Amino acid sequence: MNFEPTIISFLCNWCSYTGADLAGTARMKYAPNIRIIRLMCSGRVDPTFVLESFKKGADGVLICGCHPGDCHYHEGNYKCLRRYHFLKKYITQLGIEPERLHLEWISASEGKQFAELINSFTETIRELGPSKIKNVIETYT
Amino acid sequence: MSEEENKPKLKLAVYWGAACGGCCVSVLDVHEKLFDVVANADLVFWPIALDIKYADVEAMPDGYIDLTLFNGAIRNSENKHMAKLLRQKTKVLVAYGSCSYMGGIPGLANLNTKEDIFERIYNETESTINPENIRPQERYEVDEGVLTLPEFYNDVRTLSQTVDVDYYLPGCPPQTERLLEVFTAIVTGLGLPPKGSVIGAAEKSQCDECTRKKTENKLIKKFYRPWEIVDDGETCFLEQGVICMGPATRCGCGNRCIMGNAPCRGCYGPAPDVIDPGAKMMSAVATMIDANDANEIEKIMEDIIDPAGYFYRYSLPASILRRKMR
Repeated sequence: MNFEPTIISFLCNWCSYTGADLAGTARMKYAPNIRIIRLMCSGRVDPTFVLESFKKGADGVLICGCHPGDCHYHEGNYKCLRRYHFLKKYITQLGIEPERLHLEWISASEGKQFAELINSFTETIRELGPSKIKNVIETYT
Repeated sequence: MSEEENKPKLKLAVYWGAACGGCCVSVLDVHEKLFDVVANADLVFWPIALDIKYADVEAMPDGYIDLTLFNGAIRNSENKHMAKLLRQKTKVLVAYGSCSYMGGIPGLANLNTKEDIFERIYNETESTINPENIRPQERYEVDEGVLTLPEFYNDVRTLSQTVDVDYYLPGCPPQTERLLEVFTAIVTGLGLPPKGSVIGAAEKSQCDECTRKKTENKLIKKFYRPWEIVDDGETCFLEQGVICMGPATRCGCGNRCIMGNAPCRGCYGPAPDVIDPGAKMMSAVATMIDANDANEIEKIMEDIIDPAGYFYRYSLPASILRRKMR
């Protein structure tokens, strides 16, 4: 059975999106399962965005920001890190595999690391199988 | 008789779904103002106070009742049947109280399944003795006839997830003063907002009204449960490390809990335009944690054992993910 995961990713404008751009301009190949949403900062990732992504059928959610100490806005990535830990705890309580949510630091020069990350995260989600969240929510509403 | 006396009285109903009864008591708490209410309205259905049967409601023409205050969540088939019936018979249906508005405390049952709940109640609790594993039956035949019980659902829903709702009046229970304001607005027909609005509450967050001392830079190194710390009575609860739902909760209750030296628990629901109060609260609390290292953050968060129960105490069925996936 061919399961192609749908992955929503939130990339910060200054490091991670530029890193993804570098992967593109360098013509690196990586899994096409990712849908990128560019934000000004990983600190802009409201937990609501992540929960909505799952509700609307994302099999995985990936957040990328600048490396610690490198945030364009000084501490946005730290706020993101703390929210990420809360979200992990919360989705685990609701019976969602915590591996479906992932945070990684990608700098503007890390095009190669970005391509590898997308491949490995896509594989992780492929092994987990399709997310049941959308179906469960639709069954009950 | 004067024209005023000829004016037909409003027909008012109050009903409870999956509720504790506190909302009905909050209506009784109008005390002597009840005389003003009955001067303007006839109470046609109110199980806590009046002996009017479901069959009497079924016999009413559609749209007969002017205002129904429906409190409690929808947890079983009886709640659902009555919600549909009252919707049909009522002109203005108000989701009264947090359970009806957002699922409330009964909504936390969505962290389990029906089977989990029955197993706990009818087998596991320390005081249960049930060697024959007897469970409630929806239908049971006895010599005298058939006994029935409502169907217990796997999932708790809000009133608006079940029927069309005109207004929402939050609170656990709603402040009686707010109810009187709303009632006056309905009697006079003045000052009612558009359908679907939250009424009897304000537009800002609890923190906007809170009089405790606050600084801009809240830094939390350790979370405490309220009983683990001596509250100084004047500093913001969050700055003392006690989780207070104020930042993500609509004001209008008059900061009742905070005035009583207890942190806000979020019963008034999210501020306007917020979809998921728990997500907003997680977001806010995360910014306050005074650590940048992943291990240290995890250690600090260990003190929050049950984020789902804490941040979604009143709002789980109305939230984005709304229940345990299984």
